[in-house]
Amino acid sequence: MSSAPADLRMGKVRRVNGPVVDVVGLNGVAMFDVVAIGDAGLAGEIVSIDGDVATAQVYEYDGSVSPGDPVTSHGEALSVTLGPGLLGRVFDGILRPLDAKDVWLASGRASDASDMSWHFTPDATVGEKVAPGALLGRVTEGVRFEHLILVPPEVDGVLSWLSPEVDASAHQPIARVGAVDVSLSHRWPVRRPRPARARDGEPRLLRTGQRVLDLLYPILCGSSASVPGGFGTGKTLLQQQIAKWCDADVIVYVGCGERGNEMIDVLEDLARLRDPRTGGALRERTVCIANTSNMPVMAREASIYTGVAVAEYFRDMGYDVVVIADSTSRWAEALREFASRTNQLPAEEGYPATLGSALAAFYERAGNFTTLGGNRGSVTIIGAVSPPGGDLTEPVTAQTRRFVRCVWSLDRDLAYARHYPAVSWNESFSRDAERVGLMRSEDGDTAWAERRALALALLAESERLESLVELVGAAALPDRQRSTLRSAKLVREAVLQQDATSADDAYCGEAKQKALLEMVLAVHRALIERLEAGVDAQRLEQVDLSRVSSARESGGPDDVAAVTAVRDSVLALLKTVT
Amino acid sequence: MIDSIPIEYTGARSADGPLLVIEHVTGVGWDEDAVITLASGERRHGVVLDVNDDLAVVQVFEGTSGISLSGTRVAFSGSPMRVSVGAQWLGRVCNGRGDPIDGGPPIHGDRLVAVNGVPINPAARELPRDPIITGISAIDGLTTLVRGQKLPIFSVGGLPHLELAAQIAAQARVADGAFQIVFAAMGVTHADAEATRDALEERSQSGDLILFINTASDPVIERVLTPRIALTVAEHLAFERGGHVLVLMCDMTSYAEAVREVSAARGEVPGRQGYPGYLFSDLAALYERCGRLRISSGSLTQIPVLTMPAGDITHPVPDLTGYITEGQIVLSQEMQSRNVYPPFDALSSLSRLMRHGVGPGQTRKDHMAVAGQVYAALGHARQVRELTDLVGETGLAEADRAYLRFADALEAGFINQGRTEHRAINDTLEHAWTALTMLPAGDLSRLDPVELARHLASAVPDGSEGST
Repeated sequence: MSSAPADLRMGKVRRVNGPVVDVVGLNGVAMFDVVAIGDAGLAGEIVSIDGDVATAQVYEYDGSVSPGDPVTSHGEALSVTLGPGLLGRVFDGILRPLDAKDVWLASGRASDASDMSWHFTPDATVGEKVAPGALLGRVTEGVRFEHLILVPPEVDGVLSWLSPEVDASAHQPIARVGAVDVSLSHRWPVRRPRPARARDGEPRLLRTGQRVLDLLYPILCGSSASVPGGFGTGKTLLQQQIAKWCDADVIVYVGCGERGNEMIDVLEDLARLRDPRTGGALRERTVCIANTSNMPVMAREASIYTGVAVAEYFRDMGYDVVVIADSTSRWAEALREFASRTNQLPAEEGYPATLGSALAAFYERAGNFTTLGGNRGSVTIIGAVSPPGGDLTEPVTAQTRRFVRCVWSLDRDLAYARHYPAVSWNESFSRDAERVGLMRSEDGDTAWAERRALALALLAESERLESLVELVGAAALPDRQRSTLRSAKLVREAVLQQDATSADDAYCGEAKQKALLEMVLAVHRALIERLEAGVDAQRLEQVDLSRVSSARESGGPDDVAAVTAVRDSVLALLKTVT
Repeated sequence: MIDSIPIEYTGARSADGPLLVIEHVTGVGWDEDAVITLASGERRHGVVLDVNDDLAVVQVFEGTSGISLSGTRVAFSGSPMRVSVGAQWLGRVCNGRGDPIDGGPPIHGDRLVAVNGVPINPAARELPRDPIITGISAIDGLTTLVRGQKLPIFSVGGLPHLELAAQIAAQARVADGAFQIVFAAMGVTHADAEATRDALEERSQSGDLILFINTASDPVIERVLTPRIALTVAEHLAFERGGHVLVLMCDMTSYAEAVREVSAARGEVPGRQGYPGYLFSDLAALYERCGRLRISSGSLTQIPVLTMPAGDITHPVPDLTGYITEGQIVLSQEMQSRNVYPPFDALSSLSRLMRHGVGPGQTRKDHMAVAGQVYAALGHARQVRELTDLVGETGLAEADRAYLRFADALEAGFINQGRTEHRAINDTLEHAWTALTMLPAGDLSRLDPVELARHLASAVPDGSEGST
């Protein structure tokens, strides 16, 4: 909860260097206070103070701002309004609604007036003492999203008044706690992690519906993942697939320095597609923060924090939230641009020395929590990284790797071979895999870890063999090794490849994932068995296995029977080969 | 703050590279437009890069050569640089600053608009759709250009990218509505500039083309301005007048070098290969000025052309461009050496928005399937070719030899075409079919069986040997 606006401070512009503005006369201004610059009141944030001179980064185009222009500050840190009305909408990097703005984003004070109203149903007892996170009531958003109205952090006392069922605007009081009027929304400074009781929430699987992730490099709710990949490797497509199909309750999609056309593509898709679990439009569980590459650079820097703050807000209601940040490299570049304009000593490749700690602080906001209200909630962060020239040793990629639990590295060779998603099995890892194996086993699927190990072993073995094939040709390999190559190809084509444009394959249910991998492993075993039984290798190689590769599209996303039918008929066919 | 009579300052304190520092200024804003008057009376143009108290750093577009500290006067306009926009630009030829070089009168448009543009609200965009037909088979058939898309051409010095860009500018058309071309040439030689002017003469005469030419001998810094002016004029034609506008910008590597030069003169911390850390944002501010809007029937499409120094696709300019644009058309030295025009490297090229621009009602029903099949077959042909290097062509299976014949036929009959040849989309797709029918019919799983049977029946006899 923000404190009442502190006394207004007035200063003057001294220097303008692009988005970096030096201000004098703002006595007592604090780091990260928001300032309004010039007659237009451009939004900026104080990022360094040196004696009388405070330096602000400006979130808007500041052409024509000149020395002597007025600057004001209310002593509030960069804050956003959190409440009903976030889901299904598009915002800029500092959470100003874009769908309510003009076609051309001119700089200047934005009107924050929202005339939407929400049907509030109270659910608390007047006269009781309430603490931050306690339930006050509910608002239903969209078809069935239950938006809990909680006592904001830092507010506590006796609930002396609670509104009856009412249609309220976001700013209208609906309760009185201690001496504070509480409305449906409240302000929160984005750079400050929202408080929670403990980081001890019981982890839950995050099912992405993408086979290569769920089967080989799984992730838990509350973890963090990085998706490094050069351009054209399908980074954005993979992130969009996760946004569409993962089984989180809320998605916060931060388009940070990416393409405008891509943003509208994902928005249209989300509006069109139905959530398989609730039946509502996928967009109704999504908050979009769009700061495309041509929008002001410094708002890009803030957009990442804005996204996490929104995620934490929904986490506090006990939801599993996924933050998708595309791309964190553009955010890091905003840091670099600022560092360069303020003459900070550069560390690697011009990035400031604080890059590592900034990345760590960001990914550390992920986690499984017991919320202040005692619920279990989580924030999962999935950040794309766009390494220049596809160079995975560059600072942002390398530093990020240190702080995340999963890396889903996209490989240019796979992408050029039209193998999508191009998640590489050489460079990727998941530190959650072991835990996931145990959880799957507790749920009754005791062979999950074993299947994963077999698939990975096949891929690794075939990788080794292929380098041999390049030297001596496939014909020179022993029968058994040629069979391994063939099985690994089936793992790639039948299981790992997934067609994002196909209605049957874009999303794959858990049971079908298992069936597909089981099928390939069964075919692999059958091939080896037949070889060991003395069947001629050439005759086995002539058996057409293309049905195995296309089984993933032979039925709906949850159609296990179709896969089993293919498996049975292929296994029967292999038996007949003598 | 806007003064009807601008004050002229005479206090030049230092000059360094393209930068001029003026002291004792008041009320001068960042990014403001400046007019510099030399002692000789010559006028130049500049922009404020930094303003600190009473010091203003001005970047002079025409360079500082001949500027002395005494006797130079600078006036600030009170607003960021603006250009007058309107239909009056159509049919004109200008230099990189937008001054006419066609002997015609100065261009006075309808109103003044800031050349830096204003970011488009992503929520106000519409998805690009419908194709622009360039008449070039490789592009129309395999990497279809969609209205509202930005699709760069990646080339290497010595390849005919400028000719290709000029050919696209001369031939491109849309099926409906007004269509205009804005061609911005940056850092081209005089000979190339002349050739481009000649190639575009007809279209220019008909009044639906604007040509901006900054030659290699023109001031380098002026190149920072050229694409901005071109895009500002184009945005007006597209979004206010509802036309379909195609902007070609060639060569963006020359542009980026000008940006680097300014950055170096300012003593900024260099990023990769000496380019400033903000090159991504700078390029994005240009490339993102395209698309379609909800409020307008027009569209703005971009083809930035760039040369990859030493053919290196990981060089910052192609690399950053690739991260912003929606696909790329890659020209290769290898195709050039086989004497194919355009030297189109199909497997490295991609149009990410193609699926929004092809199909029934836009190009032809079979377009996406044909393109998909061509890509799949080319991928296999490349593997076969690598194998051939090891085992020789005689060691190949007959089916694999068919793939080599297919790749050759595609190169000769489909990709290769005349420098003034305009191929209709039907011809383009039929050329692709001709090559595809040389493959084993069982491998053509992406094609419609009925269509396939019809094409196989009409295929030339000697092409049918591999298709049983």
